[in-house]
Amino acid sequence: MTILRLEAVTRTVALPDGSPLHILRGIDLGVAVGDHVSIVGRSGSGKSTLLNLLGLLDSPTSGEIFFEDRPLSALRSGARDRARGRDIGFIFQQFNLLAGRTALENVMTPLLYASGRKFWQRRKLALEMLDRVGLAERANSMPEQLSGGEQQRVAIARALVRGPRLILADEPTGALDIETGASVMQLLDSVAQQTGAALITITHDANVAALADRHYRLDRGVLAPVDVRRVIALAEPEVAL
Amino acid sequence: MSGFASGLVGAFSEAWAEVRIHKTRVLMSLIGVAVAVAALTSVVGLGSIAEQAMIETYERQSGRPATLIVNVWGTGEVPPDALAVSAAFDTVVDRYQIEYAGAFTHSSQTVQFVDGAMPVTTMGVEVGYGTLHRVVMTNGRWFVEADEQRLAPALVVNEAFYARMGWPELSGHPTVTLLGDTKTAAVVVGVIPEKWEGEEPVMHMLNSAYLRITPPSVVAWSPPMLEAWVPTELSDELTFRIKRDIAGALGEGVNVDVSRQDYQAWGGTMDPFGPFKLIVTGVSILVLLLGALGLVNISMVTVKQRIREIGIRRSFGATAGRVFFAVMMESVVASAVAGVVGVMIAVLVIQSDLVQSWITSGFPVDLPPFPVEAAIIGIGAATLVGALAGLLPAIVAVRVKVINAIRY
Repeated sequence: MTILRLEAVTRTVALPDGSPLHILRGIDLGVAVGDHVSIVGRSGSGKSTLLNLLGLLDSPTSGEIFFEDRPLSALRSGARDRARGRDIGFIFQQFNLLAGRTALENVMTPLLYASGRKFWQRRKLALEMLDRVGLAERANSMPEQLSGGEQQRVAIARALVRGPRLILADEPTGALDIETGASVMQLLDSVAQQTGAALITITHDANVAALADRHYRLDRGVLAPVDVRRVIALAEPEVAL
Repeated sequence: MSGFASGLVGAFSEAWAEVRIHKTRVLMSLIGVAVAVAALTSVVGLGSIAEQAMIETYERQSGRPATLIVNVWGTGEVPPDALAVSAAFDTVVDRYQIEYAGAFTHSSQTVQFVDGAMPVTTMGVEVGYGTLHRVVMTNGRWFVEADEQRLAPALVVNEAFYARMGWPELSGHPTVTLLGDTKTAAVVVGVIPEKWEGEEPVMHMLNSAYLRITPPSVVAWSPPMLEAWVPTELSDELTFRIKRDIAGALGEGVNVDVSRQDYQAWGGTMDPFGPFKLIVTGVSILVLLLGALGLVNISMVTVKQRIREIGIRRSFGATAGRVFFAVMMESVVASAVAGVVGVMIAVLVIQSDLVQSWITSGFPVDLPPFPVEAAIIGIGAATLVGALAGLLPAIVAVRVKVINAIRY
């Protein structure tokens, strides 16, 4: 079942002099349950804009985004926010744990926007998720007391605690060393597989991208499938593509 | 319903967590708000207490609103018959069922003190005069109905009179001798404070006793006046009717004047406390605005520092409304707590002996308790300021570009 589908999506903004800047052009992408998709691209290629659209944080200039086969343009702002909270989990490069809050409180944060059992049992659910990423004993630690790898595992627990159907990982290993990054990706991949969530990884790291089943490259606003070997090659700047 | 409850509880939890985590920042902003609210509440409270104290002082001097005073005098050389005047007064009081009314006279009696005799201003009053004029005792009691039966007249004297007697214990029923055609022993039953510093000795006695011990020739030259406490809305109508009835009862050769003498009648339709209230309100608003400006300033800086956090919350499903409400609530929760602290400070300040003696300025004023409305205004204003101060940051928070806030 397709969770998210982009059809001929473009995104254009007006420059101060009034001329249009085409950031994304004719993007077509479908993500189904259990998919693992990687998107690579250089700085300025439109990754942030695409992430905004994939995360239901922005609307396309033209084309349509379908979320669970419903056109996004039919959803009002609040409904879109609620759908994002319920079905999409974000993982960021800089972990973005909330300062001054323990690991447990960070994992509980998305559940503050849930309702029913998930809201009222948020502490229990957050503890279970921390246990699942192997950090139950660090539940009461502050972010600055955790290593980079531990912080990203807390971030993964936070992204998954509401049981999202789509995980958007933005440079998930960008701030980690190679070994820790690999272990974090392994964890992310396995948890995503266990929960049946689709995973979209936006990354510079060809090795991380290579872990995905489908690979795309974003270049000057155009998204195109790319062979995994070319993804690896993308990591080598001197190699002509 | 469940979604609404969880949304509400969630928003409060977020707001409280923010307040808890940013203790230092919150404390700093709270100090400003608490001081502003303490100042506002103190000013409103002081204003209210001072107004009440002024009202009570005025009411002691000239009666409560609306107090009508009836003057009767002869048009020729012959004064009106005092007994007829009293009878006319009784008739109108009965006819219009005026609960608090009484005749009073001004005269002078010679009193024999231990160090010599001296004329003393004497007021003949009814028992109800005490209520009508909010009489406060410093010692003993005001007149009661049973005092009408005393053979030796009961006296309520001022502090100056009491001092001339040598401050005897009232429990010992101290007496003074009133000199006149015959000597009369009178018992002092109560002492009232001086109306101003250096006031001469003054004594009050019941009208019945006054008429009994005063020669008719003296009474005839000082006919009684009538004071009547009537509903304000009926005062104009009763002024006309009482004047008509008494003039009719006393017949030719007598002039009757009925007028209001309470403080509300002094300024016509104007509120005599208007200028005072205006100044107090102006100062209060200025103080509050300064507090609000400080809070807005801190809130704006805080929100700009929290753009990343707001972006993260939005990415996890916080709606724009929820972010708006949470940022507003932080401000409201913090300022409401500051409001409570500020009101407590204001109560402590105003109830202190130092401030109370300053308010009364040494005059005998029965100060009312701290006005509840001042406390409500203080907490309400703090909450309102919190909401207003939270409005700008909340708008900024809602406009945060989520991914930009998170990625950069």
